[in-house]
Amino acid sequence: MSKEYETVIGLEVHVELATKTKIFCGCSTAFGGAPNTHTCPVCTGMPGSLPVLNKQVVEYAMAVGLATNCEITRHCKFDRKNYFYPDNPQNYQISQLYLPICRNGYVEIETGKLSVNEKNAGKTESGEVKRKRVGIHEIHMEEDAGKLIHDEWGDCSLVDYNRSGVPLIEIVSEPDMRSAEEVIAYLEKLRMFVQYLGASDCKLEEGSMRADVNLSVREVGSEKFGTRTEMKNLNSFTSIQHAIAGERERQIDILESGGTVIQETRRWDDTKSESYAMRSKEDAQDYRYFPDPDLIPIDISDEWIEKVKASAPEFRPEKMERYKTEYGIPDYDIELITATKKTADIFEEATKLCGQPKKVSNWLMVETMRLLKEKNMDAEDIVFSPAHLADLINLVDKKVINNNTAKQVFEVMFENDTDPVKYVEENGLKQENDTGAIKGICEQVIADNPASVADYKGGKQKAIGFLVGQVMKQAKGKADPGTVNQLLKELLDQA
Amino acid sequence: MSDINELSAVALGRKIKEKEVSVKEALDACFAAIDKKDEEVHAYITVDKDAAYKRAEDVQKKIDAGELKSPLAGVPAAIKDNMCTKDLKTTCASKILYNFVPTFTATAVENLENAGSIVLGKTNMDEFAMGSTTETSAFGVTRNPRNTAHVPGGSSGGSAAAVAADECAFALGSDTGGSIRQPAGYCGVVGMKPTYGTVSRYGLVAYGSSLDQIGPLAKSTEDIAVILEAIASHDKKDSTSLDRKDTDFTSALKEDVKGMKIGLPRDYFGDGLDPEVAAAVKKAAEDLKAAGAEVEEFDLKLVKYAIPAYYTIADAEASSNLERFDGIKYGYRTDNFTDLHDLYKKTRSEGFGPEVQRRIMLGSFVLSSGYYDAYYLKALKVKALIKQAFDEAFAKYDFILGPVAPTTAPELGKSLSDPMKMYLGDIYTISVNLAGLPGICLPCGKDKTGLPIGLQLIGDCFKEKTLIQAAYTYEKIRGTV
Repeated sequence: MSKEYETVIGLEVHVELATKTKIFCGCSTAFGGAPNTHTCPVCTGMPGSLPVLNKQVVEYAMAVGLATNCEITRHCKFDRKNYFYPDNPQNYQISQLYLPICRNGYVEIETGKLSVNEKNAGKTESGEVKRKRVGIHEIHMEEDAGKLIHDEWGDCSLVDYNRSGVPLIEIVSEPDMRSAEEVIAYLEKLRMFVQYLGASDCKLEEGSMRADVNLSVREVGSEKFGTRTEMKNLNSFTSIQHAIAGERERQIDILESGGTVIQETRRWDDTKSESYAMRSKEDAQDYRYFPDPDLIPIDISDEWIEKVKASAPEFRPEKMERYKTEYGIPDYDIELITATKKTADIFEEATKLCGQPKKVSNWLMVETMRLLKEKNMDAEDIVFSPAHLADLINLVDKKVINNNTAKQVFEVMFENDTDPVKYVEENGLKQENDTGAIKGICEQVIADNPASVADYKGGKQKAIGFLVGQVMKQAKGKADPGTVNQLLKELLDQA
Repeated sequence: MSDINELSAVALGRKIKEKEVSVKEALDACFAAIDKKDEEVHAYITVDKDAAYKRAEDVQKKIDAGELKSPLAGVPAAIKDNMCTKDLKTTCASKILYNFVPTFTATAVENLENAGSIVLGKTNMDEFAMGSTTETSAFGVTRNPRNTAHVPGGSSGGSAAAVAADECAFALGSDTGGSIRQPAGYCGVVGMKPTYGTVSRYGLVAYGSSLDQIGPLAKSTEDIAVILEAIASHDKKDSTSLDRKDTDFTSALKEDVKGMKIGLPRDYFGDGLDPEVAAAVKKAAEDLKAAGAEVEEFDLKLVKYAIPAYYTIADAEASSNLERFDGIKYGYRTDNFTDLHDLYKKTRSEGFGPEVQRRIMLGSFVLSSGYYDAYYLKALKVKALIKQAFDEAFAKYDFILGPVAPTTAPELGKSLSDPMKMYLGDIYTISVNLAGLPGICLPCGKDKTGLPIGLQLIGDCFKEKTLIQAAYTYEKIRGTV
């Protein structure tokens, strides 16, 4: 490569909002119903049906706009985007083109920072942390489409309108990002805001957050943007990273070999790690946008904005500050726990119930993180309740179970929010706190292992570990190792 | 006593209440008229006797038990076939919906049913309400009962004809550019388009959403007031529906026009207006003047811009509203197709008639990239200016009086060959929709061939009561036409 190239990236991020009902009708937005059971005349495009706006959608969109420093459009409208496709029952999508609800915002991102995982792996901060603003061009509200299911045997396609009319916001950034690292930082920041607001769970894998990458390259120093492509079907941070690297390379190859990049939409194939063209600008459709006459314009008052502002939750920076003073746990813990609203919520709730912030934090940082990673899950997927975590901590504190048993119980609890108290009871996991019985086992073990006893007495302190192990084994793990150690020492020292 | 089916809705309702006529007898009379005349008139696309008689039993029981006291209880009605009726075929007079049975009932029809009215069937219309003669229906033309060689007008031609032929006590129509008032005029019945937002559009299959309004067609102004009072409602299912507190329209049934100021727009009496029509309408103005109203001529600006603005806006909205008819979910689907694109193309080419296709093309064009500002946005600006011109007029006048159409009902088969001429026939009705105003049309005479002449009164937004009062007064002066 003779020239040096710069990558220019802008993102279009779709976020599925967490409203209980759809954007223009009262149907449920819940996942997983049998096909076409969460539908009505409105979201199936029946003749004569009319849309009625769900106010919660406006409030979520406003809240995200305010968190990302946007101006709120006081008089905003919905427009129809006309195109024919069977997943779109009216053959137009209700969206916003001319007067989107939020405009001209920005998000501060930080790059050059080590991730928690990297820190855990022992890496130390090397490069300096860079801060940057990524501009937000606009945020608009729109409805999602249904889902086509292609029947490979029946030679037909079926359509499920359960998702039709699920509310979305599309967050359109300025072309301000220059690397995959910046893109990830931007997406993480957006996701954090949206999750903290409770506006969406933002799961990339499940499609409740979807990012389309607009990318072009230009020679370093050039003022003019190159021709961009739009990449779709990016379902994870990893595929976004790969797609950015792949598309940058593809465009540079074209330019280097004297060709020109074509403005087109491309689809990323994650398994092959390559993209292919879906449609070019030439066959781009004319969507014939115009204001939807079935919906009246939304006039947003100062009072309404103030109300939404006032109901905004505590965001991460304030939360981190508060944790320091209120809970006195280490910065490292705070950073990890507040990374998602879900873990922060569990932390606060469980701490309130058991009064042991550091212990709650430990469970979240060690066992929870380990299991999430092992099972390839998001924090959003956590099912165990804060109350059960608090119960588990209490069980250990009261020496009803020991730490090892607690870990086993936690794994079960992590799976399906099992009640730890009941589980310990029903599975006979209570530790033996009857010192008399344990003492009996200790005496037996001492009698059975003269060699180890001799080692211990000969000054090998470590030999006691073997004896503790034997006692624990015979007690079927239900003894407190501390108590066993204490008892053994007493018995051996007496003898 | 006249035959039961010839009674006005209010008169019939009163007889039912007083047990002089049973609900079943009312149905019998209407169905007898349908059986006798509708083969020729063809006002109806669908008649559902079984459902009507079944409902009649239920309604009669409620009337007898004193649970239903509305003046429309037991009164049979005809519904334009672009309003959804649960379990009753709703075709919009189009092949593309030839078999469509809705899963819900339009709010306006539901309101009627709650008042105890009984739906006889669904009336013919121009396909998707696009037309002024009811000749664009995919299921054959409707004939004007006053002279069956002539059209009934449109698009609510079936509803107007059903009322005029006494094949129902009253009917509902929809008015996007004159589609209630003009056929009422041609058929010699009373028709009213209320202020935009007064009657819910939920369940009305949309043509031009920002202009469409449901309204009554009936035998008297009194009927109009009663029906409108029953169908008007604030409907949460329609975002454009208004929360009006003044829908007690029957309170305006007073014989009094003293001191009312009436404006006669010179533009409504210019070139193209049939002299017989002009004379009859001016005579009506004179009659009102004699009853104590003040009458003055004035210039209503921008009249000639109303037609291009209307066809731009209505067709733009229609091109989008009609996209859902694609052969995927319901209605007509072509038999043979190679792929999805072909399925859409053939279904829509075969399913829609020529007038609908013309308007979809026009509407798609004015919304297309590069033309949007020049056509659609400009039309919206014209619409705003027209509203302003009316505002100025209503600062001076209580209502505007004029003809409803330039001529009486044309002969069958003379209109469709020249769409421009047909569009120009809407000149007196269209601006009312663009400005969202109420308008009423009632008979004011006949031409020398005996065809009815329609008088149109136009009021400011929310002034239905003024129009009802003036029309009611005029009817008393006029007597039987």
